Amino acid sequence: MWKAKIVVTYKPGILDPEAKTIQHALGNLGYRHIQEVEAGRYFEVQFDKTLNKEDAESLTKEICDKILSNPVIQKYRYELKEVD
Amino acid sequence: MKFGVVVFPGSNCDHDTYHVLKKVLGAGVFYIWHKETSLRLFDAIILPGGFSYGDYLRVGAVARFSPVMKEIVKYAKEGGPVLGICNGFQILLETGLLPGALIANDGLRFLCQDVYLKVKNSDTVFTNAYEKDRVLKMPIAHYSGNYFANDEILKRLHDEDRIAFQYCNADGDESDQINPNGSKHGIAGIFNENKNVLGMMPHPERAAEKILASEDGLGIFKSLLERN
Repeated sequence: MWKAKIVVTYKPGILDPEAKTIQHALGNLGYRHIQEVEAGRYFEVQFDKTLNKEDAESLTKEICDKILSNPVIQKYRYELKEVD
Repeated sequence: MKFGVVVFPGSNCDHDTYHVLKKVLGAGVFYIWHKETSLRLFDAIILPGGFSYGDYLRVGAVARFSPVMKEIVKYAKEGGPVLGICNGFQILLETGLLPGALIANDGLRFLCQDVYLKVKNSDTVFTNAYEKDRVLKMPIAHYSGNYFANDEILKRLHDEDRIAFQYCNADGDESDQINPNGSKHGIAGIFNENKNVLGMMPHPERAAEKILASEDGLGIFKSLLERN
């Protein structure tokens, strides 16, 4: 069975106030070597056993484009893992 | 004239909107449950504010897939007037009936305050009761009201007169410091290409009676009511 591990983040150039706030907080805590923080959403999607790797990949892309990300402001990446 | 106010799980301005239409304006108005699939009855549809589906995933992202939304897209494409207020605006953007997106406010705070906005286009079914450049006072109440669109879309919105409202101060000054949430070009509301769909972050239904300290929002509902 295949499982998709999906990360959705903001596109470059879109201000992510949450990431900026975290970066600022890290600065306040005294961490001096942090150049950039990116925040995002993480999803794990478990497919049933009828899907082979190719099907799982095309379904992953479909749900990312359709609902898990908003292409106006976000991008996504994923990896597929074989699980028992 | 029959208005329909859509009710999603988590809508919370549906009753306020219904109240204004029915009690303040004496119009015909009905609730539309989000599972409804026929909108033939209605002369205008309103998507109210609230937290549809708990704002899970992204604001408006789950409501977009409610059965009623497919019909609303059809209704809007056929020219039916659709007004989205606050969460309703967020849903219209996720649905693609309006361009761009709403992201978290610049200051990462939920903003609940009165703002001033300027009527940028008074020649539409939603704004014909106002004069152009009139300054309106009404409240905002949102966390994700920071309007974003790329430069190409922003240029089109300007060129095609599709900016409905822009944040300003009581004197009508629209400079950047007045912008409460970081929205591009201080945008508070936009129209679609045919100007039969309006999305706006401020709440006209909360500024539609004397007792609420402002009646400036009433013009939007009056415009719709008197358009024929």
